[in-house]
Formats: sequence, C-alpha cells, structure tokens
Amino acid sequence: MVESHKNALLKVENLSIGFSQYVQWTRKRIIRPIANMHVEIAEGEIVAVVGASGSGKSLLAHAILGILPGNAVCSGKISYRGEELTDQKKAKLRGREISFIPQSVNFLDPLMRVGRQVQIGLDKSKAKYKQEKLFEQYGLQKSDGRLFPFELSGGMLRRVLFATSVREGVKLVIADEPTPGIHPQALAEILKQLKQFAAEGAGVMLITHDIVSALDIADRVAVIKDGTTVEMANAAAFAGSGDKLQTEYTRRLWRALPQNDFDLEFRSRGGLKAWH
Amino acid sequence: MVATISVRFIRMLTLLFGLSILTFTLVHLSPIDPVNAYVGGDGSASPEQIEKFKAYWGVDQGLVQKYGSWAGALLEGNFGTSLLYRAPVIDIIQSRFLTSLALMGTAWVLSGVIGYALGVIAAMNRGKWIDKIIKWYSYTLVSTPIFWMGLILLIVFAVWLKWFPVGLAAPAGVMESEVRWIDRLHHFVLPALTLSILGVANVAMHTREKMIDILNTEYVLFAKARGESSWQIFKNHGLRNSILPAISLQFAYFGELFGGSMLAEQVFSYPGLGSTLTTAGLKGDLPLMVGIILISSLFVFAGNLIADVLGKVVDPRTREAG
Amino acid sequence: MQLVREGWNVRKKMVLMLAISLGFLFVLLLLSFTLSNDHLRLGAGAKNMAPSLSHLFGTDWLGRDMFTRTIKGLRLSLTIGAFTSLLSVLIAVMMGICAATFGKTADTVISWVIDLFIGMPHLVFMVLICFIAGGGIYGIVLGISLTHWTALARVVRSEVLQIKNAEYIQISKSYGKSAWYVARKHMLPAIFPQVMIGFLLMFPHVILHEAALTFLGFGLSPQTPAVGIILSEAMNHISTGKWWLVVFPGMLLVMVVKSFDSIGEQFRRMTEPASSHE
Repeated sequence: MVESHKNALLKVENLSIGFSQYVQWTRKRIIRPIANMHVEIAEGEIVAVVGASGSGKSLLAHAILGILPGNAVCSGKISYRGEELTDQKKAKLRGREISFIPQSVNFLDPLMRVGRQVQIGLDKSKAKYKQEKLFEQYGLQKSDGRLFPFELSGGMLRRVLFATSVREGVKLVIADEPTPGIHPQALAEILKQLKQFAAEGAGVMLITHDIVSALDIADRVAVIKDGTTVEMANAAAFAGSGDKLQTEYTRRLWRALPQNDFDLEFRSRGGLKAWH
Repeated sequence: MVATISVRFIRMLTLLFGLSILTFTLVHLSPIDPVNAYVGGDGSASPEQIEKFKAYWGVDQGLVQKYGSWAGALLEGNFGTSLLYRAPVIDIIQSRFLTSLALMGTAWVLSGVIGYALGVIAAMNRGKWIDKIIKWYSYTLVSTPIFWMGLILLIVFAVWLKWFPVGLAAPAGVMESEVRWIDRLHHFVLPALTLSILGVANVAMHTREKMIDILNTEYVLFAKARGESSWQIFKNHGLRNSILPAISLQFAYFGELFGGSMLAEQVFSYPGLGSTLTTAGLKGDLPLMVGIILISSLFVFAGNLIADVLGKVVDPRTREAG
Repeated sequence: MQLVREGWNVRKKMVLMLAISLGFLFVLLLLSFTLSNDHLRLGAGAKNMAPSLSHLFGTDWLGRDMFTRTIKGLRLSLTIGAFTSLLSVLIAVMMGICAATFGKTADTVISWVIDLFIGMPHLVFMVLICFIAGGGIYGIVLGISLTHWTALARVVRSEVLQIKNAEYIQISKSYGKSAWYVARKHMLPAIFPQVMIGFLLMFPHVILHEAALTFLGFGLSPQTPAVGIILSEAMNHISTGKWWLVVFPGMLLVMVVKSFDSIGEQFRRMTEPASSHE
C-alpha cells in the first residue's frame, strides 16, 4: 500500500532509550525500556504504532518531541525530512510542525480555562476566532471554552486535546493513545480528524493498543514488543488468518482479537485437553 | 463555601478562647504576684489604684470567677496596667504598635516578593550556577540565628562603614517632634534588612520546591511539547499554580515574623513591641507581657486563618465543590 | 539490565556530606571535653586580643579565650538540644498516636490542641513559659519543647491513621493480638523513620531558639558559657571594634546548626529514595 513516490517524513532507526536509577543506596543501574526500535512515516501516511501497554510506545513519542526526562540516555538516529533531528531542531519544530496529542487529561493545566489552553501557541490576533471555530467543528459549545478541565466530561476533554494540536503548517501529528474508553461516536469523530490530517498532507503516528480502530484508518502498522519493533506491515495484511503477516508474534496478536475468535495458541494445541 | 469559612472562623474563635485560658493558667502559675509587685514596687500607688488592680486580677475570688472577670475586661479592651510604666497596657501597646508594624510589614512584603522571585529563578534553572548559589545561600541563612545576622550587619554597616546608625528608632537626644522622616528611615533600614534577609531564604526554599514539583507535572511536559518557551511556561502555568500556595505560606509566616522582630529589635534597640516584650519579660511585668502576647497571638491566629481559607477560596476546583 | 559503577554521583556526595557533618560534631564534642578550663580563668591572659595562633578566636575583655568559651558553650547548647528534642519527640509521638488510635473524640480534641499550639508565636510563648518556670535550663527546655512538638505530632498522627487501616494490621488484630502488641510490633517500626528525621531536624531549631532565648537574657545566668550569652555580651563591645567577639562564635554556631540540618536531610533522603534519582 505504500506508494513509493511519497516522501519519507520521519525515519526512526535503531532507537534505544535507557534510564539511570539508583539501586542499593549509591549504585546506579540502567534500565532500557526501548532497544532497536524503528519506524518510518511518509507524508500523508497514517502509521499505527501498536503494542501492549508498557512496551515503550509513549517513550518513542517523547523522544521525537525531545521531552524525555533528564536521566534518559538515547542512542540511534531520528531523521525528519531527510535531516537529522537534533535537540535544537526538536525545540523549534514542536508545537509548530510537529504536533502532539497526549494521552490523558492530566496534560491540561488544571487552573486554566480550556479555551485559553487551546489558544496558546496560535497567532495572537486570530487565536480566539480559531479556537471557537475548532470547538464548533468538534461539537463543543462556545461557552465550554470558559470551563476548567475538571468541569468537562472525558469525551469533551479528548476533543479539547485534539483541538490543541491543530496548527497551521503541521507536518507530523503524533497521537498518543487518543481512544481509550471513548464511546463510538466520539471515536468515529477522532478517526475522521486523523484522516483529515493525512489528507492534508501531514504524516500521522497513531500510538495505540486498540488495533481494531487503528486498522480502520492506518496505512501501515508498526508492531512493538518489549521495546523493539517486531514488524512493519501494511494494514491490508491484517486480514483473514493473518498469513500475509511476517512474524509469528504479529500473527498471534491478530488472531487473538475478539473478532477472530480469540484464537490463541491454546486452541491450536488442542484446546482444553492441553491443560491436563 | 461560606460554610467552610464560617466553620474555620468559629474554630479560630474557640482557639482564641483556649489561648486565653492557657495564658490565664500560666499567669496564675507564675512566681510573681502581680498585686504585690505593683504595690511593693514603690509606695506611690493610691488605695483606689490598688483596688482597681485587685478587681482586675480578681484577687479574693474563685478561680473561675477570676477568669470570668479577666476575660470580660479583655473584651472591653482593658488589659490592665503595666507594672514598669505605670500606664494602661493598651496605651503602651498602641504607642509601639506602628513602629513594629512598619518593621514587620516591610520585612513581610520584601521577603515574600524577593523570596518568591529567587525561588522561581532557582527552580527554572535547576542544577545551574544560579540555582546552586541560591540554594547555598538559603540553606546557610536558615541555619543562622537572626540576632547574629543583625549583629553582623551592625558591625559591617554601622560600625565599619558608618552608613547607618547603631540603634534606636530616631537620633538620640532629639525631641520627638523634631525627628525628621528621613531619620526614621535611616534607623529603620538595618533592622528591616535583618528581618527580611532571613525571611527571603525561607520563602525561596519553599517556592523552589513547589516550582520544581510544578515543572515535573504532565501539563508542563505538554506545554514543552507544544513549543512553549521557559518564560511562557512560567507565565502561563508556573505562576498560576504556585502563587496561591506561596501567598498562603506568607500569611502563615506571621508567627516567625513576630519572633524575629523581638530579636532584631533587641539588637538595634529599636523600640517596637518586640523589645518591649523582652523588657517586660526580664523585669517581670506580667500584665504588659500578657497583653503583648495576646495581641500578637491574635494576629498570628488571624494570619493562619487567612492562609487556611485563601487556598480554598481562590482555587476554582474547590470553589465549585463548595 | 546493566549495573553501572559510577564515579561520583549525587548519592555518593550525600554520604560524604553526612560523614563530614558527623565528623565535625564529633571533633567539637571531643574538644569541649579536652580543652582546659584554664583558659577561662579571669585575668589569665591578655585582654581584648584579636584572633591569633595562640587564641584562635581572640580573647574578651576579661582575658578569657574565646575559642574555649565558644566550644564549651556549644556543648551546653548540644546538651540542651538533646534533652529538649527528646522531650519534644516524646510529647509529639504520644499525642500523635493517641489522636490516631483513641477514637474520633480524642482525635478532634487533640487536633484542636495541636492547632492551638501551632498558632502561638514561638518565641513569644517561650518567653512566657520560661518566665513562669522560673528561668534556668529547666525553663528553657520546657519552653522550647512545649512549643515545638506540634509538627511532628501531626506527621505521626497521619502516619498512624494511614497504617491503622492497612491490611496487615487488620489481620494481626483478627489473630487476637492486643492493641499494645500491634502498637509495638507494627506501628512503632513504621513511624520510626519519620520520628528519627523529626528528632534530627528538631536539633537545629532547638539550638537556634536556645541561643535566641539566652541572647535576650532569659534562662541562664550571665556566667554560663552559652553561645547566646557570649553574643549578647559581645554586643556591648561592637562599637569599640572588637568584631571577633561576635563573628567567630556565631559562625561556629551556624556550622553546628547546619551540620545537624544536613544530617537530618541526608537521613531523610536516604529513607525516602523516591525523592532523588538524579
């Protein structure tokens, strides 16, 4: 499905991230949640980064944005539009060309009205107008803009978080788990918006553990296990019994889904009989 | 919300009541009998004055009655008569009040503002030189006795550099009416500086800690991800999330302030309530002591109440919940 | 996972600081016992001498060696500090545990008392208590300990409240263990780190307040070599330029206070590792 004439927007190669931690009073050790991860996203393409919780997906997003904590040690290469993404570049691009949609509502300032939070970063003169238009587009009331985060429902907050990512000139959108616990209508809205980003030429990285919704809109899927990229597959390969998928892990992942009858290993070994 | 405030206010009143009982008990445990001290001092007290005195302290009455008459007198503003100055306690307090207020007020404002600024700067530049300096400065100052700080300032600025006078609130030997405003200011600088310097350290440390906590939150992480600069992060998020606790803390600081003023006033012979209390304590002037203690406690309690309530009132989350 | 043997990290610095502070205090105590009292005899040496090799801190107007006076004074401060902190901690632990374990009424009453004592301006009440108690070391110890138990009491109370409802306590109770057993075997160990930290961190406060009280003139007779008295006497000689009477004793006091503060802080950081992963 990947059209080779599309330009590579983001290329992550061999990314490893480690953290130093104190163990036993004064000695330090390094734990490495991500090792040898690679992901590629082209312009106008939606790539789903899929994996179990805790497999390091959020860290990938933070690494690209340059917001990892101070005790993080990185290695590997991240290129953006053909050039290496240095720390200075990250600082210049984030919020402008690279947009981030965070995971939870804790990412909003609890003491600032949501309307104002969406306006931050927008051009001063048109900020309010744009924010109101966005709210309208997402089905939020104009008066909602004057509310504080704790006054909004989960669904409304997700839409606000989305609104914060819409910026002119956005080329790469990183959405970190935008869909947990959302009801189908809001879900459809979010997926539609992500497709819209791609249609306008931006690359979209959709980090999620909800494969099913992801497959709805993704062009390609990167499967992550224990901090490593196991496979990069086309979305179309996730069909039938998963024969077109390259690795055993991915195939099992696909077959374990509800619509595929929870086809776990245990069945293939002969079901209940294997337990005795 | 009104309910919360009223509850706390009433609680404060009960505490004040408890305080008066505590003070009353302490007074009656004291080795000095106020009446004898008053009378025995010199024989110039007239029989009427002695009677008034006896009535105030409830001599020859039962304990509960004593408390009753004393508390009643307090509420009317009658704090008894000072043994040392032979004048109503309330008058003495009134005359010294402004001097102390100027001192404490300035130190309060200065330490709050400068302390907050330093704390913010340190937190936002964590680990760099400026942070190290501010941390070291604060840590050391917090371990320093106020009066020693005052003495050092005295030595450096008054004795060596001769920039400021060595003590008192106004030049000695000059008539009260002739003291110029600028002279008052001149005498006021060193004690005020002493009080402020230590307050700054405290506030800076607290602010720095709180600010570091804020900088580690997810919403600041998000702000960074959206390209907000350090200054923008402070302006948009840091300030609003830290200013309230900072102000609350300032109001809770009244107690320390009063203690500090006692010491600063002693070093500089500055005639405020603090040094008056010290003299009263040393010479055994119970009525005056008790009077000053009650008044200052009133302020401290009020300050604590404000600190307590302020957080709840201004935070929109609790405002709604009521 | 990979173990890294690092050269110098923040934690190691902490251990070093701890060692330095402890060492400093130990040397001080040692000196206070070994320095001869000869130096304190009136008229023993030259008067009003600035600091020199034979008199590290100079001498005062009566010819007494300031260094000896200061060290002995600090030992007094440390002793008073120890007693007062101990007393304060005892009161705090008692009040805290009672508030948390004797039911709602006791809790309300004790919390009210805590609020009462917290509201009192410290120095002011210490002066009153000191006066009432008749002065002397007794007055100072009483005055300081009665005004400083509140913070720790609150901490103890909240800790005990928290663990009271913990599962392992419930299980212990259901085994029929008495309240005393539970308190001794479970609660005391649980609150011990906090109490230790409270005790250590109370020292600097106490020493500073003791110095302040004696400076103002409450508590000790003018002959006792307490740092506060040394400084208040020195105050009279400032205008004649004898700065060393003030600067050195005070500096040593600051260093002592800082050492205790540092010990308490390092102890706290080590028992609550979550607070530093730099």
